[in-house]
Amino acid sequence: MGRIVSPEAFLNPGDDVAVKKKLADAALNAAKSKGASYADVRIGRYLNQFVITREDKVQNIVNTESYGVGVRVIANGCWGFAAVVDVKSEAQMAKAAEDAVAIAKANAKLMKEPVQLAPQKGFGEVSWKAPIKKNAFEVPVKEKADLLLSVNAAAMANGANYVNSILFLVNEQKYFASTDGSYIDQDVHRIWPIFNITSIDPKSGKFETRNALSAPMGMGYDYLQVNPKDKVTGVTTRYNMGYDMLEDATAGAKQAKEKLTAKSVEAGKYDLILDPSHLWLTIHESVGHPLELDRVLGYEANFAGTSFATLDKWQSKNFQYGSKQVNLIADKLQVGSLGAVGWDDEGVNTKKWDLVKDGVLVNYQAIRDQAHIIGEKESHGCCYADSWSSVQFQRMPNVSLAAGKTPLSVDDMIKDVKKGIYIIGDGSFSIDQQRYNFQFGGQLFYEIKDGKIAGMLKDVAYQSNTQEFWNSCVQVCDDKDYRLGGSFFDGKGQPSQSSAVSHGSSTARFNGVNVINTARKI
Amino acid sequence: MSIILTEAEAKALLQKVLKYSKADECEANILGEERGNLRYARNQVSTSGSLVNQNLSVQSAYGKKVGVATIDEFSDESIERCVRRSEELAQLAPENPEHVGVLDPQTYQKSSGFFESTAAVNADFRADAVMKSLELSRAQNLTAAGFLENQKGYTAMMNSKGLFAYYPSTSVNFTLTVRTPDGKGSGYVARGYSDVKKLDTAAATKIAIQKSLGSVEAKALEPGKYTVILEPTAAIVLLENIYFNFDARSADEGRSFLSKPGGKTKLNEKIVDERVNIYSDPSNPDLPGSPYSGDGQPVNKMSWIEKGVVKNMVYSRYWAQKNNVKPVPFPSNVIMEGGTATMEEMIKSTKQGILVTKLWYIREVDPQTLLLTGLTRDGTFYIENGVIKHPIKNFRFNESPVIMLNNLETLGKPERVVSTESDRNYLIPPMKIREFTFSSLSDAV
Repeated sequence: MGRIVSPEAFLNPGDDVAVKKKLADAALNAAKSKGASYADVRIGRYLNQFVITREDKVQNIVNTESYGVGVRVIANGCWGFAAVVDVKSEAQMAKAAEDAVAIAKANAKLMKEPVQLAPQKGFGEVSWKAPIKKNAFEVPVKEKADLLLSVNAAAMANGANYVNSILFLVNEQKYFASTDGSYIDQDVHRIWPIFNITSIDPKSGKFETRNALSAPMGMGYDYLQVNPKDKVTGVTTRYNMGYDMLEDATAGAKQAKEKLTAKSVEAGKYDLILDPSHLWLTIHESVGHPLELDRVLGYEANFAGTSFATLDKWQSKNFQYGSKQVNLIADKLQVGSLGAVGWDDEGVNTKKWDLVKDGVLVNYQAIRDQAHIIGEKESHGCCYADSWSSVQFQRMPNVSLAAGKTPLSVDDMIKDVKKGIYIIGDGSFSIDQQRYNFQFGGQLFYEIKDGKIAGMLKDVAYQSNTQEFWNSCVQVCDDKDYRLGGSFFDGKGQPSQSSAVSHGSSTARFNGVNVINTARKI
Repeated sequence: MSIILTEAEAKALLQKVLKYSKADECEANILGEERGNLRYARNQVSTSGSLVNQNLSVQSAYGKKVGVATIDEFSDESIERCVRRSEELAQLAPENPEHVGVLDPQTYQKSSGFFESTAAVNADFRADAVMKSLELSRAQNLTAAGFLENQKGYTAMMNSKGLFAYYPSTSVNFTLTVRTPDGKGSGYVARGYSDVKKLDTAAATKIAIQKSLGSVEAKALEPGKYTVILEPTAAIVLLENIYFNFDARSADEGRSFLSKPGGKTKLNEKIVDERVNIYSDPSNPDLPGSPYSGDGQPVNKMSWIEKGVVKNMVYSRYWAQKNNVKPVPFPSNVIMEGGTATMEEMIKSTKQGILVTKLWYIREVDPQTLLLTGLTRDGTFYIENGVIKHPIKNFRFNESPVIMLNNLETLGKPERVVSTESDRNYLIPPMKIREFTFSSLSDAV
């Protein structure tokens, strides 16, 4: 997490690019002189701010800064890595590079095949900045705390018993240099406002919650600027590139209360209409993860697991991952998304590529030392480390469901459903280690009867199998309904690393999905 | 100076910190640790790493205005700057109505969690230990993926009222998944110790190999309610959700599985089978824990569930003061008493049931009932007439650990386990449970 600092420290721009280049060159030269065939250096300054409140109290304001360097090398065909905190001198950089080479040489003895790195041209001295309109770190902490307290007050005024709200802010200032001749300076921003509202029925002792329908975004404070064009109205209001937290908390408090008396779902098969605020998580678990090439190959077998989407299925060129309506795209360029950067953490320029085209599995997510395994000549540019002190490895790019090509609104989609459930917001989630069997909950559930919304349901979760589920997709709304969801906390690796990733979609319909009732008595 | 300070060094450093303080009250916490790891997959090393970390955190208070500042290098200049910074932040902070002042000096019980053997682990030791495991899986043409991580460190604290606490500890965790080359069998083992002398990577590997070979050609069984025997590695990922939700404030506020209608709680009520006894004890030699909590409270032996009855809940100092009760810190270890049955006896006494060796991807479905979902993984077996008949395909379950402990049949002998969800170590027994709810089949191996 790093050391705790004052908010003013965030306004310090950090070291000049020329200073970083000098430090980086010291490590690159030392690595080469010790026998490394390749080396890269990441100088990272990571700023975080969390404003944490409940009801009428500011519980905590945490400001952290972490600064250090990670040096990665290939020597004797094996990776080696060393990291140093608070680097100030070229001598420290050279020492880190020497340590990394020594580790690579020691581990080389246990290797059976040398690392094969896809060639990558150098880009010289370049830079990339997230296209934010308002730097959230420049907004006074008081303004942020006041916003959260007003959100809490709105929830309490509308019937909430308790409300917790948090604003997460992240700024990654990353400098990358490699022996390929790249010196890349990048400035990444992320924001995530959330709340959790609890409503209690004192008589029965039952309680229900409703979480925010916000999304974590690769944006500045501009995400919290309310703009009517970012609102999607309907059974409840949802949000696109701008979030009205006050309005959502007002609705959320009423809905948490309404859940207490909602009808408990009857288990069975239903046609599901899934809002983007919900579907992002199903995409993440059942498409994003199984198509990570390191999982497919077995590198994550001891923790996150392997994948059902094996190489033979991809090689057959006819593995029907989903129905013809299903087009799933990996994208590291999408504006406002969490995954957007100019270059990844091994100096590869980012791009967009197909994973599933017209329902057929066509590709995976691969980085430089994996590209040759799927017969490609270059990396996909999705290598990431969550800190200067972590080793970079293959991480999920934004993976999204393409909007339908035929004009279709949510209202028109619902009109044709005889027995269905409309699900909004993400809830409980669980999937097996090869990504076949999953179960998802949600925030809001509405029963659909004969083409009309018939009222709120509770105790809903659906279970399916990935291939069966995506093949039951019969319709996707057009791009007017397209929105992003995502998470700051996608975990993978040992020791575990967190990565932030977005998933976009329009509302989609899945026929005949198994719904269970989750109510129990203890 | 070493990263790992002795008690005398830690005390001297903290005294220096407190001397700089000008606030009404000041509390300083330090920690130092060294970690090393070796990760392997597809039968060869994939990554390795090491981390050296130290941190000083200073909390200054003026009345109920509190500020915290931290540093990671301990020169006199930096320490003084850190204290001043925490004081400036305190002056700027809004009043925190839930702030309670620092504690008077406390007495702590003895706990021995530091082992020289573990402190001496280095890269060569890790490579040798992993090699012993790899040789076995390579020899049988099986594919191994594993992770070995060791840690040594200490924590210490002092405040302006003279309280001082110090606790050094070591740990080593080893996890391994062995798969058959055709992908039809998979076995797992996890081991966690404070003393590395107890770690035998070859013996552990043999268990994972046995499960991997034994789980090939699994047959599908209809989902439904079954009697299950949960090995401790499987049981703990369900049970730890009970301990994580033992907070008195949530229960009092009506939003916990321990809440009752009308603002009451289940304290002193029987919630599970009377054979269930769960407690914490930092001085347990098999599972040593810190004798003090982060705010300096003594962590003593404490009963949580006794004969199935809720005996205590966790009370923060603020919530205890508000409710006029004694504060109860969150435990530093959790132990569940067991019975005398061996695994063999539990299997032998089962007419029809399922042996579950590991559970995976546990998530809360309903906080009110602690309903959890997840799946079996890496070795699930069908038992008929007292013998293991064959491996079965994995299931998804939807079950509450509270319901599960009401359906208790038999408890075995407790052993130290690592939670595959939280990485925490516990002492719990294997257990036989009736009517465990499996809701669907999974094709995953």
